[in-house]
Amino acid sequence: MAKQSKDHVKVERYTRTSRVALPVAAAIVIAAATIPAWGSSAIMKQSVTLLTLIGLAQMWNLLAGYAGLVSVGQQAFVGIGAYTLWVFADKFHLNPFASVIFAGIVAGLFAIPTAGLAFRLRGGYFAVGTWVIAEVFRLIVTQIKWLGGGSGFTIGSVNSVSRHARESITFWLALGVAVGSIVLVYFLLRSKRGLALTAIRDNDLGARGLGVNITRSKLWVYIIAAAGTGMVGSVIYLNLLRVQPEAGFSLQWSALMIFSVVIGGLGTIEGPIIGAVIFFILQQVLSDYGTWYLILIGALAAGVVVFAQRGLWGTLVRKKAVDLFPVRRRLCLETVCFTEETPRKSGEEPGRLPSEEPPAV
Amino acid sequence: MSLLELESINSGYGHFQALFDVNLRIEEKETHAIIGANGAGKSTLLRTICGLIKTEPADKVRFDGQAIGAMSPHKRVGLGISYVPEGRWVFPSLTVHENLQVGAHSKRTGVWNIDKVYELFPLLARLKNRQAFGLSGGEQQALSIARGLMSNPRLLLLDEVSLGLAPVVVEKIYQAMPAIVDSGTTVLLVEQDVGQAMKFADRVTCMLEGRLVLEGAPGEISQEAIFAAYFGV
Amino acid sequence: MVWVNDIIQGILLGGLYALFAAGLALVFGVMKLVNLAHGDFSILAAYLALAFVGLLHINPFYTLIIVIIIMAIFGYVIQRGLFNFAMDAGPMQAILATFGIAIIIQNLLLEGFTANSKGLDAGKIENAVITISKQIAIGWFPLTTLIVSVVVLVALQWFLGRTRTGRAFRATADNQRAAQLMGIDNRHLYGMAMAVALAIVAIGGVFIGIRTTFSPSAGPLRLIFAYEAVIIGGLGSLWGTLVGGIVLGIAQVLGDHIHQGYGILVGHLVFLAILAFRPQGLFARQVQ
Repeated sequence: MAKQSKDHVKVERYTRTSRVALPVAAAIVIAAATIPAWGSSAIMKQSVTLLTLIGLAQMWNLLAGYAGLVSVGQQAFVGIGAYTLWVFADKFHLNPFASVIFAGIVAGLFAIPTAGLAFRLRGGYFAVGTWVIAEVFRLIVTQIKWLGGGSGFTIGSVNSVSRHARESITFWLALGVAVGSIVLVYFLLRSKRGLALTAIRDNDLGARGLGVNITRSKLWVYIIAAAGTGMVGSVIYLNLLRVQPEAGFSLQWSALMIFSVVIGGLGTIEGPIIGAVIFFILQQVLSDYGTWYLILIGALAAGVVVFAQRGLWGTLVRKKAVDLFPVRRRLCLETVCFTEETPRKSGEEPGRLPSEEPPAV
Repeated sequence: MSLLELESINSGYGHFQALFDVNLRIEEKETHAIIGANGAGKSTLLRTICGLIKTEPADKVRFDGQAIGAMSPHKRVGLGISYVPEGRWVFPSLTVHENLQVGAHSKRTGVWNIDKVYELFPLLARLKNRQAFGLSGGEQQALSIARGLMSNPRLLLLDEVSLGLAPVVVEKIYQAMPAIVDSGTTVLLVEQDVGQAMKFADRVTCMLEGRLVLEGAPGEISQEAIFAAYFGV
Repeated sequence: MVWVNDIIQGILLGGLYALFAAGLALVFGVMKLVNLAHGDFSILAAYLALAFVGLLHINPFYTLIIVIIIMAIFGYVIQRGLFNFAMDAGPMQAILATFGIAIIIQNLLLEGFTANSKGLDAGKIENAVITISKQIAIGWFPLTTLIVSVVVLVALQWFLGRTRTGRAFRATADNQRAAQLMGIDNRHLYGMAMAVALAIVAIGGVFIGIRTTFSPSAGPLRLIFAYEAVIIGGLGSLWGTLVGGIVLGIAQVLGDHIHQGYGILVGHLVFLAILAFRPQGLFARQVQ
């Protein structure tokens, strides 16, 4: 009896689509890596924009989509990444491209005290709290002459190599952070801590009941996301070269990552990639019309978040059960498969009723 | 036509089904008790009636002949359905008096008004200006029932009135029952305390694992039958 | 004596911040929504006033009535048309929807009115002062602002405490489901709450537009000031928002006194210090 059921019931992570997806993705990455050999300077610059957007979106998705931390202050770490790069490369005379690593480390270190304060706030107040802290970083940087004050600086050390070499290395770094962010989120979610995170997202109280240390798990995610965002930030400024506090710590970075994730699909690995691509295309197509692209994307994001909550990718997955990067396990009974995750219902959630009751006095 | 008619209701929370093919009629001016063990689906039944859980198709729940299954709770209050929730749900930062005023939000008129409910529960009149979060469990329960009456309901749903209260306190609260019944209000109450339920009800229905298993007048059904229905033996 | 003057100016500035904070606190209290577009709504109100001033050639004070009405209607419509659905989807979705609206408003204003700073000219009152001593002078306009904000808070308190709708607001804030069981239509009520909040923020927007210049990108900072005032004062406390606003105002004026341009930073640091050492705020309401 037991033997028979063993034959018919198995737990799977991979679907047919996902088995195909991995080699295809690998082929795309390898093909993309050859761009510096044949692509123009403009193509490389544009590619860096798209790839870093994917990296930013992945990191924000890790934060909000998996740990439930809605931050609108991640621009702090973009700015810190840019400034760290400049300090290590131009002031300490380290290799500017290797300094990307330090950008990640320093951003991660700054995330610790930031979390110490912001984690005292819940939900929407957390969101604005992180924003205030990003503003504080900006204002402090503006006051420090050693960091260029209000007018900022230009990263000069990269001119030690030829322009093509600089653009090529920057491109590969951007490809690295984009792919790295996807791989990081993928393995993080498959780890024990990742499963705990998913448990937190789906049911805070239940996860606590299972002995998951929620605050510590969230803190880790926050630090990792900050470090990742810092690294991406430094790559962005290897591309742009001119750093100003107003731009480096701008709310626009948050708008970029949030809209990409929301449009693509919160809480999926594929979503931020799709969202970043859509964002990038709209930005390019509408580049002659001022900021209308942001208005359009903002409206799209607000519409998607309300009426297609799981984003464009999430809506597609729910219908077709396509998972390119499977982080969920599926229980397969001969032909019928059930995913672990239950679809979130909108509107009435009677299951939540009892927790709202004030305790009897 | 009965005041309330439920027709083969299957209901629950999310993926969890708590009611199976429930058929129930409540007549005007009747006092009807639902008894049953923990988790038998009694509270789910009341929440289906008051609108915290919606029903499809809408005409499976009818109130005074009108299909209400898809209606929001606040609209059902306007029709005269008032639900006194398990756990009381008083508004903690409002005073007792304000809690009662909010209870009258629907502007339905009738025999009950703020003076009448203070007469019914004199202890509330004394606590009038106290914030509700400082009240004892019994006081909160009295307030919750009084607040429910403020909308002058045709059908009053009482969910586990005696839960977590000392027997003396329960006795005191149930002293208000005859006055409520005499005012012409139809009462549907859910109780684990079978003794209390039998004392006031014209009819008793026993639930087991989401199904109605026994129905009758308290005088007609035997202790053994109730015992069997309650525990499913 | 210079310090006394600073503190007086800080208190007057705090009155203005309280106007922003009250609306934010009201919306959070009633529907647990942090409206990230709150500051941008105030800028929108200032631009509306500017448009009416240009159209009708009247003092911006007179445009207040129509701006308040428009913003209130706008608040009700956007709540019922978008935010209510976002809140159904989940608390995170609700925050993100308000963020989307914030970015849309900022960029629409940018397209419509350019990035240049604008101001509202209210005439003589802007420069009129009451001179108390050589170093202490109270501007008529900042004083009017403080008085208006106190009047608004008193009116709001009366509304919440004494009217049927006000009680419904408080009941919903306490327990939304229980409020529904009393016959309160929560979707309509949320619309009303947003309408009241935007009416108040419209007053704040026009007053700050008279006091200083504004540009399409000024909204986020207004949101942050409102938010800091709310947290400093303590969540759920109406008068706490005034105290929070005043603490923030004094911190900013003193900061600017120490070093030109330090004001906003010092305000943020005071906020962070409160967050670190008294996260419940100065006047947290004592429930549970």
